[in-house]
Amino acid sequence: MTDPMVVAEGLHKSFGNTHALRGLDLSVPRGTVCGVLGPNGAGKTTAVRILATLSDPDAGHARIAGYDVVREAGKVRARIGLAGQYAAVDEKLTGRGNLRMFGRLSHLSRRDAHRRADELLERFGLMDAADRPVVGYSGGMRRRLDLITCLILRPDVLFLDEPTTGLDPRSRGEIWDSIRELVADGTTVLLTTQYLDEADHLADAIAVIDHGQVIATGTPDELKATIGDRLDVTLEDPAALPTAMTVLNTLAGTEPTTTDADRLSVTLPATGLRLADIVRELDHAGVAAADVSLRRPTLDEVFLRLTNREEPVQ
Amino acid sequence: MTALTSPLGRLRWTFTDGLTLVGRELGRLRQEPGQIVAALVFPVIMVVLFGYVFGSAIQVPDGGDYREYLMPGLFAMVTFSAWLGVMTRMATDASRGVMDRFRSMPMARLAVPFGQTGADLLTGLPMLAIMVGAGLLVGWQPHRGLIPTAQAFLLMIVLRYALSWVGVYVGLAVKNDQVADAMVPLGLPFTMLSNAFVPTDGMPGWLRFLADWNPVSALTAASRELFGNPGAPSGNVAWPLAHPVTTVLLWSAALLVIFVPLSLRAYMRRGR
Repeated sequence: MTDPMVVAEGLHKSFGNTHALRGLDLSVPRGTVCGVLGPNGAGKTTAVRILATLSDPDAGHARIAGYDVVREAGKVRARIGLAGQYAAVDEKLTGRGNLRMFGRLSHLSRRDAHRRADELLERFGLMDAADRPVVGYSGGMRRRLDLITCLILRPDVLFLDEPTTGLDPRSRGEIWDSIRELVADGTTVLLTTQYLDEADHLADAIAVIDHGQVIATGTPDELKATIGDRLDVTLEDPAALPTAMTVLNTLAGTEPTTTDADRLSVTLPATGLRLADIVRELDHAGVAAADVSLRRPTLDEVFLRLTNREEPVQ
Repeated sequence: MTALTSPLGRLRWTFTDGLTLVGRELGRLRQEPGQIVAALVFPVIMVVLFGYVFGSAIQVPDGGDYREYLMPGLFAMVTFSAWLGVMTRMATDASRGVMDRFRSMPMARLAVPFGQTGADLLTGLPMLAIMVGAGLLVGWQPHRGLIPTAQAFLLMIVLRYALSWVGVYVGLAVKNDQVADAMVPLGLPFTMLSNAFVPTDGMPGWLRFLADWNPVSALTAASRELFGNPGAPSGNVAWPLAHPVTTVLLWSAALLVIFVPLSLRAYMRRGR
């Protein structure tokens, strides 16, 4: 593996009294997708803006493909693509008009700009709508146009800031397919998202950020493993709930949560407990269980656990 | 792709990218023929509305024809609409993320403000031409020959360009197309508070002071003088109206000196 394509070291950024970033570190290897997760206001967009040369950090530094985002911004810009939360294209122009304009502004010759526009429209299924003004496009088509506008120069690194926010599931699936196709071409992608299933589907590695810092990194599986498996128990008789609570508390070492009058759920320690032991202990205590199941945590549970763990820093 | 490193290369790309953005504005117009029609019909409506509705009641000070008196005022009004259009377009680009895309691309940084103001100049010319046509139809004409007439139009173009930089700056400052849209009606009192439609002598003292120093008045007075149209101020006249051509040039220079650096700084600023 060569040097990472995206490196951020100790990024700090404040807006007045708000500390958007407080020492953010990030490293994305070439040709991989890094999913940046975080609650609203965690600093995701600020981080992307710094990496895409739109904003300067107060402290720390960042390099894209080895070039410093502040001192060598011009070289960085020639190697990146940025698609934001809203489709940053000219609504009054046609899809083709937009791609040609941005192609010319990327300093392609007129002929190359026209050819590249057609290639991209064809490949990403927008040829039928190519000559209609963008204002009449559906949300999904706009996002797709926004995405392919970043691809005119075949960037090494693509920043996608919540690329599917507000899209219906079908359009989201189409954007996902497009992103997968890019990664197959070797593009490095940094993706911020609020949708955990999006990160789960697309990302090779995930960085969870909160309060302007990375609080956890790893593959989706590694992150799930850090909080241990989840045990769900459904009781035959709700009256047995207090007893079941006590038994599970002793076994798991943490307080179970009741998800219904007759259902409880608890995170098991990472060391693992065998399902058979749990059933036996419940039986000993005279608790009749209708259903006992052990499952991997969802990324949502990981995320909630990680981001709620600390008190908000003031 | 040529690098942006050498000063000459940078200049070249600023020009080329600026032209691309001018082409963008023209492309937008092509998608919206209705807007072209509206932009062209507007001057005609103004000429008819002011020329015949107000003209039927207003007496020109030295007894001239009101429509002769009015046309320089309407030229000034059209000139002053320039900054509103530029402001709205800049604010729309800023709020929709288009500006961020420009900034994240390897294009010449100065091309956006220069392209936007250049496009305004180009799209403004046909509007001015229609206005001239409408004026000629209702009996207005320049009386002092080719050179002063050309000078008058040149003054309008210079001031229009300077004003479009005000639009760039304000548009970048508000960064919100809805706020920008809401500000557009503010342009109207600004043009009305001048000598464009009525002489300023009848206004109360403080209002007259504002109207006399309003650049709209200076441009109107300069055009009347250069076209040989009625309404030349007489008696105790405020300095800007006694030297209208100089005043217009001073206004243009001042606006450019202030707003070009401010706009460029606002556009190039990073850190948000």
